[in-house]
Amino acid sequence: MTQLALVIDLNVCVGCQACVTSCKEWNTSGSAGPMVDQNPYGTDPTGTFFNRVQTFEVGEFPNTETVHFPKSCLHCEDPPCVPVCPTGASYKRKEDGIVLVNYDKCIGCKYCSWACPYGARELDEQQQVMKKCTLCVDRIYDMTMTEDDRKPSCVKACPTSARLFGDIHDPESAVSLAIRESGGYPLMPEWGTHPANHYLPRRKTRIKIHEDELERADNPLKVDRQLPKPAMNEPTLDDVTTW
Amino acid sequence: MHPAFSVIFLTTLIGAAQGLFLALFTAQSYAAFKLLPQPDAHAFYGQGSFLALVLLVAGLVASFFHLGHPERAWRSAAMWRTSWLSREVIVLPAFMGLVFLYGLAHWLDWHPVLMTLPGGLPVDPTAILGVAGTLLAFALFICTAMIYACLKFLSEWHSPLTVVNYILLGGASGFTLAAAFASVTAPELVSFLAGWATIITLLGLVSRSASLYRNARLKPKSTLQTAIGIKHPRIVQKTQGFMGGSFNTREFFHGQPVAMLRGVKWFFIVAVFPVPLVLLLSAMHGGTAVLAVAFVVQYLGLLAERWFFFAQANHPQNLYYQSIA
Repeated sequence: MTQLALVIDLNVCVGCQACVTSCKEWNTSGSAGPMVDQNPYGTDPTGTFFNRVQTFEVGEFPNTETVHFPKSCLHCEDPPCVPVCPTGASYKRKEDGIVLVNYDKCIGCKYCSWACPYGARELDEQQQVMKKCTLCVDRIYDMTMTEDDRKPSCVKACPTSARLFGDIHDPESAVSLAIRESGGYPLMPEWGTHPANHYLPRRKTRIKIHEDELERADNPLKVDRQLPKPAMNEPTLDDVTTW
Repeated sequence: MHPAFSVIFLTTLIGAAQGLFLALFTAQSYAAFKLLPQPDAHAFYGQGSFLALVLLVAGLVASFFHLGHPERAWRSAAMWRTSWLSREVIVLPAFMGLVFLYGLAHWLDWHPVLMTLPGGLPVDPTAILGVAGTLLAFALFICTAMIYACLKFLSEWHSPLTVVNYILLGGASGFTLAAAFASVTAPELVSFLAGWATIITLLGLVSRSASLYRNARLKPKSTLQTAIGIKHPRIVQKTQGFMGGSFNTREFFHGQPVAMLRGVKWFFIVAVFPVPLVLLLSAMHGGTAVLAVAFVVQYLGLLAERWFFFAQANHPQNLYYQSIA
């Protein structure tokens, strides 16, 4: 079985919001559209978005890290939003695991949004139906596009390649490899929703230097104590001679 | 959660209607066993059922205001295998139909003896409709409450106490209404109904207090650490990704100060329990005005109770929306 998903690398995301605008642009003009804004130039603008990038600060000054956190529907393998839908408008596709909303069946009761712990669903104020990330389902299967273009538009937009797209059920796919080998994790695992989207943690390159790597432990002169061992702060032979 | 008045009116109005119907049929059952005097069936059961029906219709109308596409509401009966909301959508009209038929049978004084129970008790259509209506009334309470109780990450709701509260609080307001109604149409039943209203209100006080006690001590399962998956005791949100509002900031936050929440809580604790209890006890033997005030006060209290029920629920998605910029 296939389960398409995004893997988002928090180590690489720079919070540029390109995925947010690219998602909105593609989907407002695609089959999910329009994703209308209310009061876009007023004091309190609002509108429908499938994808947002948030920013968190981890730690206390001066040891802080800024984490940019892209957030969209996680296409859970056990989606709690689907069984609660009274009309069957919310469904999870068997063939690729994408969770979708049938806009012609949705009655706009908002119950699925209550049932999603991640807040991934939004009611479109104009169309009065529930909307959410479609993984660009109208794009990834579009055979008129080149293979390179058949990816969600957020993935295409990311300038740092922080977003990977693929089948997490295929153990050899790039996303599975990333999850397995770079510590990919799901959000809020405590609810048993088994999100398909995974996040890769911040990673730092560190080396561990042992003391005997700085000072030769097998120096025969020092081991045998035939000569007095010079103190660490005394000049060495290198300092006093020119050879 | 943001309390929606459509849902507040839906749940309180149909709760009172279900309680009223249960009160009518309880009285009929007692009277059938000669434990109560036989009231004027035409007026008490017949008109009482229509009163219940009016409340049910009002609740149903209120519920439509919650929908983005009310014209598609018929579709919501489809997923009854998995969705409690869908089950409610089926049970509510079925219950309305039975209340209508039950009231109609009494209104038309249609009491042909269909069969006789072993004790020589005659069974007429109203008894059968009443038993079916009682089952559906309880089924509807369970469906309505399970809509909330089945959402496991809303821990304030995810408890059997939610179901017990819906049954007892709906029952209490319905029996209080029945007592007030009986003081006009069947005075000989007032003390019986007011007595049961008192008992159910007291039971409701126990179960609602239990849920308030439980909810005050809940420890949230989700934290900012599990929400973004970073193991650090100090994480602060710097932006939520937008400056204006969104569905996420409107639907899941009540936006009221803590003092408002506390005020509503104490208002409903006083208006749903002690005030109606005193009024019910003082009007045990009649007093239409006092009983009507008891119902009105209790119903207003239940509106506040339901508002608080929604406002108190803290959705885990709120972890992602703590700072605008």
